[in-house]
Amino acid sequence: MGLRKVAVVGAGMTKFVRRAQETGRELAYEAAKMALDSCELTLDDVDAVALGTAPDAFDAVHMKGEYLSDGAGAWRKPFMRSYVGGGTGVFAPIQGWYHVASGLFDVCLVVCEEKMSSCQPHPQGAFLTIFDHTTERPLGPNLLWIFALEMNRYMQTYGLQKKDIALVSVKNKRNAADHPCALLGDPNITVEDVLNSEVLAWPVQRLDVSPVTDGAVAVVLAAENVAKRITDKPVWIKGVGWSLDTAYWTNRDLYYPKYVEYAARMAYEMAGIREPRKEIHVVEPYDPFDYKELHHLEGLLLADKGEAPRLTAEGVTARTGNMPVCPSGGLLGVGNPIAAAGLMKVAEIFWQLRGEAGKRQVPGKPITGLAQAWGDLMQVGTVIILGIGG
Amino acid sequence: MTAKIKEFPGVGLRESDFTERKVLFTEWKPNAQYAWDAGIAIGRYLAELKEGRIIGVHCHRCRRTVVPPRIFCEWCFRPMDEWVYLEDHGVVNTFSICHVRWDMERLEEPLIPAVIEIAGASKGMGILHLLGEVDPKQVKIGMKVKAVWKPAAERIGAITDILYFKPVE
Repeated sequence: MGLRKVAVVGAGMTKFVRRAQETGRELAYEAAKMALDSCELTLDDVDAVALGTAPDAFDAVHMKGEYLSDGAGAWRKPFMRSYVGGGTGVFAPIQGWYHVASGLFDVCLVVCEEKMSSCQPHPQGAFLTIFDHTTERPLGPNLLWIFALEMNRYMQTYGLQKKDIALVSVKNKRNAADHPCALLGDPNITVEDVLNSEVLAWPVQRLDVSPVTDGAVAVVLAAENVAKRITDKPVWIKGVGWSLDTAYWTNRDLYYPKYVEYAARMAYEMAGIREPRKEIHVVEPYDPFDYKELHHLEGLLLADKGEAPRLTAEGVTARTGNMPVCPSGGLLGVGNPIAAAGLMKVAEIFWQLRGEAGKRQVPGKPITGLAQAWGDLMQVGTVIILGIGG
Repeated sequence: MTAKIKEFPGVGLRESDFTERKVLFTEWKPNAQYAWDAGIAIGRYLAELKEGRIIGVHCHRCRRTVVPPRIFCEWCFRPMDEWVYLEDHGVVNTFSICHVRWDMERLEEPLIPAVIEIAGASKGMGILHLLGEVDPKQVKIGMKVKAVWKPAAERIGAITDILYFKPVE
């Protein structure tokens, strides 16, 4: 395709917190500055900025991209904001990737920020407007409905119990106890804790859900020749993919994310991956709800349909398992500032492949990893594959 | 990362920091109101609901009958071919038993949202609605349910002209 090789060369993130004293712009600055410092670059080295952030309505700032642009380091630079709901955190680095792969820019700073706590009494007030205004909103929907409906359909289709799914929440919250930026890490949480937590919208309970969070993450992307000057440990973007399903969500199979499969197949093809289960060594699928990690592993073709819960029960997806999944602690453990959460996953794969993930480091020197995000009206899949060497 | 960096930026605040005004903040209540045009397909759908009927559309090329109706087939990307009256009953594809309001306040009585596959449409064609006249413990995926309509004089051409769906024996 005549595309240039693109590497991730630096990353930074803020703590993920329930309510940040910093403004969105300040959070964006902190993450962006840390990412640049991590690879010893300054803003002068940055040719373009790609920003990801979710609904303007969270902050009641229309054109939030412009509001955040200074904090994201976009002063007098080519700047674009992308938004595909929860999928944004992996779509923004894809956008940064094609900025650089195309040959247009050598260095692109990718920044994702979310401040959900501004929206009172609850950010769901802004989220609710994703439902169709005429045929759905008059029914008084709750955002949890669509996830509860999907989860129930998934459980029914494969004969799963709540305890099969609660294992994901336990695994991720325990993993997050080792993450210095995590909001909800808990080294001692048990399946019983999840099963005994408050029922919100059955089958979804309090500890099945990731929390409302504020935070920001940034990564630095560079073209091959530049990347090799910046670092001796570049992490290459091997493949990207994204896909959007229909907004008539009630007309879809709710137990299987087809759109994730399409996105994954696109990314695998670009990365030259034929056997993803053997070739992907560490995975960060999007896990705002525990069942979603399972859903997504199946959509990513990393588990047979209905088999992801078994892999979790057998420890295959544990940090020390054969296929570590969400070693970071994921959204369930680190937190879920929508767009920033997705980019956190890309940053985690970057750190894992460089062997810099500290206590979270997976064993076995992984060389290929995958991050995925999901969102909109349960219908967008975004996938990025990172690798070292080659 | 964690190896080199000891302190990560980001200051988390507590609820009490707000209630006790320990930090400066500002509040604003938006006053945005909207009026939407229902459009051609949903316009007809709502008009039929007012008459106590559920209508869908059929595409000859992909041989699908879908609801809610749309004027174009998003698969074939060509106009839909004909309007089709559907039944006012169907099957529960999936459901939830919801105990909280959108702002996370507890509800006194749980709501039971469901995706209901409407009879007469192609398999898997559901709409979002609520279930009623049923013990939440008795709701099952695959259960047959029927629309409970508002009295004709009270219908206004809205999805809420169907009060809810109830189980049929």
